[in-house]
Amino acid sequence: MKDFLAGLWKEHPLLRQLLGMCSTLAVTTSVVNGISMGLGVVFVLVFSCLIVSCIRKFVPDEVRIAVYAAVIATFVTIVDIFFKANFPDISRSLGPYVPLIIVNCIILGRCEAFASKNDMWPSVKDALGMGLGYTWVLIVLGAIRELLGAGTILGFKIMPASYEPMVIMLLPAGAFIVLGFIVAIMNKLEQK
Amino acid sequence: MRYVLKIVLALTITCGACAFSLAFVSRVTKDKIEQNARKRIEDAIMRLAPETKKIEEVKAAGGIYQLYDAKNSLVSLAFLAEGDGYQGKIKMLGVIAPSLERMQGVEIIDSVETPGLGARIAEDFFKDQFKTLRVAPAIECVKDKVSADNQISAITGATISSRAVANIMNKRVAELKTRFGK
Repeated sequence: MKDFLAGLWKEHPLLRQLLGMCSTLAVTTSVVNGISMGLGVVFVLVFSCLIVSCIRKFVPDEVRIAVYAAVIATFVTIVDIFFKANFPDISRSLGPYVPLIIVNCIILGRCEAFASKNDMWPSVKDALGMGLGYTWVLIVLGAIRELLGAGTILGFKIMPASYEPMVIMLLPAGAFIVLGFIVAIMNKLEQK
Repeated sequence: MRYVLKIVLALTITCGACAFSLAFVSRVTKDKIEQNARKRIEDAIMRLAPETKKIEEVKAAGGIYQLYDAKNSLVSLAFLAEGDGYQGKIKMLGVIAPSLERMQGVEIIDSVETPGLGARIAEDFFKDQFKTLRVAPAIECVKDKVSADNQISAITGATISSRAVANIMNKRVAELKTRFGK
């Protein structure tokens, strides 16, 4: 249980370790994007960590990073193809950020820091926690930015018609501002 | 020596397994992905030219379609057009009368323009300007009021994206003219 919970709060990949910022800032213009990107990362993270933990005793140290990268790239490509085939609209709005999961440091980070040193079951729990931790922040970020930038949540109008959308929230600057506030709140909460 | 072999073996096996699984996934989903791409173009055509009953791709000319109505007479030409926008490529579908004089509409297929500004080229108020728009001598993008039937008015704050749409269309229409024009 401890392995699973670490990623959700105490060792949160985004808010405590500040890993995987690029995709976080880029895709969170809407809640749907946040959910799909998050679930894509959960899938890649869980299966990569599972395989890495499985083969950790057979892979020579010198080439381990190359092997991890190949495993991760394979799962990312599967996710990319899956989105293209079944959710073409989401695939279009996530654009190049699905293939870029390959270089998301959360994934290589967890493979190297945890899965390569632990058994399969703890590795999967750790990966699931980290992945879901990433996902919830993406959803929160997406919700705030979509609400302020477009006046909607999941495409439904929330704000009154007189609300003038703050376009800056949909631009990169808005992503930095909102994430900055969330990290600041997190630091305050954890200070004691 | 033995250790080198072990390294080579580890990498070979991993990459082999990866390649094998990717080949499998790609094979299973290939048809569906192609179908999605085709459906997207067909949907756009149907929105712009709802009387269309039959779509025929012009062979040996990538991305040009002849549209026929229920009486099997040629009603319009549809064409894919692509070019540089403000932040990246804009890919569009245009529908034009067979005489190549007036547009019948434009749909944005793919674009990465700025949300809230350039991305509004995909909104109706902008696209509707292309219905019955004259393309001769060329589509003009103006910043103030439209004063001729070959002009469109640019989106405030997104002049570059608006102008890009006009330029991409002009270029492609010129190509169509050399191919089909009299």
